[in-house]
Parts: sequence; structure tokens; C-alpha cells
Amino acid sequence: MALNKNQIAQRIAQELQDGYYVNLGIGIPTLVANYIPQGISVTLQSENGLLGIGPFPDKDNVDADLINAGKQTVTALPGASFFDSATSFAMIRGGHVDLTVLGAFEISEKGDIASWKIPGKMVKGMGGAMDLVASAKNIIVATTHTNRDGESKLLKNCTLPLTGVNCVKKIVTDLAVLEVCEQGFKLLERAPGVTVDEIKKATEGKLIIEGEIPEMNL
Amino acid sequence: MNKIVKNTQEAIKGIKSGMTLMLGGFGLCGIPENVIKALADSKINDLTCISNNAGVDDFGLGVLLRDKQIRKMIASYVGENKEFERQFLSGELDVELNPQGTLAERIRAGGAGIPAFYVPAGYGTEVAIGKEVREFNGKMHLMETALTADFAIIKAKYADAAGNVVYNNTANNFNNMMAMAGKITIVEVEEIVPVGELNPNHIHTPGIFIQRVFKGEVFEKRIEFATTK
Repeated sequence: MALNKNQIAQRIAQELQDGYYVNLGIGIPTLVANYIPQGISVTLQSENGLLGIGPFPDKDNVDADLINAGKQTVTALPGASFFDSATSFAMIRGGHVDLTVLGAFEISEKGDIASWKIPGKMVKGMGGAMDLVASAKNIIVATTHTNRDGESKLLKNCTLPLTGVNCVKKIVTDLAVLEVCEQGFKLLERAPGVTVDEIKKATEGKLIIEGEIPEMNL
Repeated sequence: MNKIVKNTQEAIKGIKSGMTLMLGGFGLCGIPENVIKALADSKINDLTCISNNAGVDDFGLGVLLRDKQIRKMIASYVGENKEFERQFLSGELDVELNPQGTLAERIRAGGAGIPAFYVPAGYGTEVAIGKEVREFNGKMHLMETALTADFAIIKAKYADAAGNVVYNNTANNFNNMMAMAGKITIVEVEEIVPVGELNPNHIHTPGIFIQRVFKGEVFEKRIEFATTK
């Protein structure tokens, strides 16, 4: 069975390591915070100027001056800090953030990503995504394998305006975990009950399958 | 030195149609809502506005957009504003979208006297069109230029008559850099405190960058997505 959004987040959380500074994008990536493995310490960065994001507040503690990059009200953990946007992007551009998790409309087999604009239809803007993908040491994309019309989001070449080139390292979808390598999308894991054939059918770009592909461990 | 002005009307003196304005805030957090309201009432138009976002349809910069007072927007993310998207897609509004960190740094550079700089963000994308590309340390970078404004309009929690400013939580965001990049910088605050009360160790924006201080009449401080446990 294909994973739901929470399960995608749960699988990505397994990539976290003790001491990591992590930037989580809007959507599925935000959910990763709910699955940080016990026993490790991860600090979440929000590009609007917060290091040390805490849980969502109680109803009585909602603060208009304390939000995340998705403009949701949050809290700040003990040891958190606030700063301006230039400092925030110095953290990102300067390579101080260990891992970036973000969503995408399309990813190419070369690691290009498109996530901010559908010409003539939708323009949200790139926000911090272009800065993040151009500078992060490690980038994981969290997405469904296909779009609403059932078309693959893992392509030979992106068709939509790009957010960044040659930058995506890993992709966790509802069907699979894949690594972007020189030759294309290397299949690492399958969602429980999903066959290699189903993944093949849902992947337009070059899929590399070596040996037995294990199921994800959730 | 006393930089305190009486009210919003006095604060916006000299802002004219056709000018370039910077407006602080991220989403609706830390936006100068009293000045925005006054600009909406003023009918000043043909403005170029530099702001990370464009408010929502009926609050913040969204109100100026709705009334067609803005000719050009320089921003990074406008997803929360349907009217913005409509004007953009129909070509009524001139829009320059910047990667958020590039936008922040262009403003910082403008205030810091740095005319241009190189960043990797946007290389290989449509943001790179028309920009000088240069390789540093094996990685491709784009040359980006500084931004300044006729007026920078920011919002803070506290200020004193000397113009020293303290922000609250994530309401700092673009305000600190914009303070440096305005020919005239106006700060609207929730509270004016006596000179000497702010601990010099804890001041976010030193008074030299600020020309006018006033206490905002009303702060609605609207929340875009109130999210609780």
C-alpha cells in the first residue's frame, strides 16, 4: 500500500542524526517534526528567523509574533534564538544547516527540482526554496510519486520552471525511497506491499534497480 | 535627539506617488499595519513595494494591491494572496520575485553600502536571466545588486527617542535590514520607552538607522494560520 503523508514524514525522520540542524519546508516536511527518533537531539530552523522550533502552542498561548515559515503559530524551545532574515539565510547559504526537507512538483533524474510556479496557472513564489536547494549540504524531497492526474513527478527532465539544478540527493515518496545518482533514480526501498513494477510504472525518469529491493521499515 | 513623531499621519509625511517603499514583515508577522492603513487611505499610488510577502486579500499590503496603489512588487512569496496572483497572471502588476535569502541580502547590502554580491541561489533557473554568472570554488553563482528605498517602513515592539529598536520573537524578520536600507526609515512600535531604558546590549537596530519613531494607534496583529496542539 502506498504511504500516507504521515508515513512519508515518518520514513524521512529516520534520516535524522543526532546534532543535526534541519530546515523543514511547508506541507509533508513539517510533519517530520512529529517523528524525530527518541534519544537524538535535532534543532529545527525556520527561515523567518527562529532556531529551536517547539510544538504548536496551547490555545491560550498563541502569539502573533511567533510563527514558522508556513505562517503557523508555533512555540520556541528553551535554548531557541530569534534573528533577522539576513542572519537566517547566512545559516542556510553558509552551509550551517545539515539537512533540508522540502516538497516538489517535479524532480529530474539529474537532481533538478521544480516547486514554485506553474506558468499561466499558479505563482506562489520561491520563498526560501531556491536559497535552500542551492546551499544545503543534504536535500531530501518529500512528495507523492505521481500528481493528481496520475502522471509521474520523477522525470527525465523537469517541464516546469526550476527551483534549482543538480541538487536533490534523496527522494521519499508514497511508493519508494530513491537516491539521485549519476545514472538516474536509484531505487533503495519500496513502501510495504508496493512492487518494483508499480514503482517502475510510476517513474518516467531512468530508474536503476540493483538486486533485491527491501521494504521500508516503518 | 528626539525622533518621535506624534502619529501615523506625521510619520508618513513626504511619501509620494511613484516612490519606492520597503515594508517589513514576514506574512502578517511584524508588518507596519498602521502605516499600511494610512497609505490605503491616502490614495498615493504608482508605488514600488519591496516586501517579502504581499499580505492577504483584506489585510496588510493586500489592501494596497486591491486598490491598485502598487505598480510593482519585489517579493519572494505571494501564495497567500489571490488578488496578487490574479493581477500578476493578468499582467496588471509588475512583479519581481527573488529567492528569499537573496532578497534579504540585497536589502542588507543596500543598507551596508555594498552595491552587488554573488550567491548560488537561482543559478540555472529563470531568476538567473540577464544576470552575470561567475564560478567560485567550483560552484556557479549569480551577481545580485543591492536594494534601497525612498522610505523603509518597519514595525517593532519597543523604540526610544534616539531611534534604538527592539523586535519581538519572529517579528524581526526583514525589519532589521530594511531599517538600514531606507533613505528615511519610519518605525512604528507598540511601546515607546524612555532613552536609557533599553539595555544597549540588547538593542537589535541602533538608532543611527532610524529617522522617525511613532507609537502605532491600533495593532490588530492578525494571525494567518492560528495552529494549536
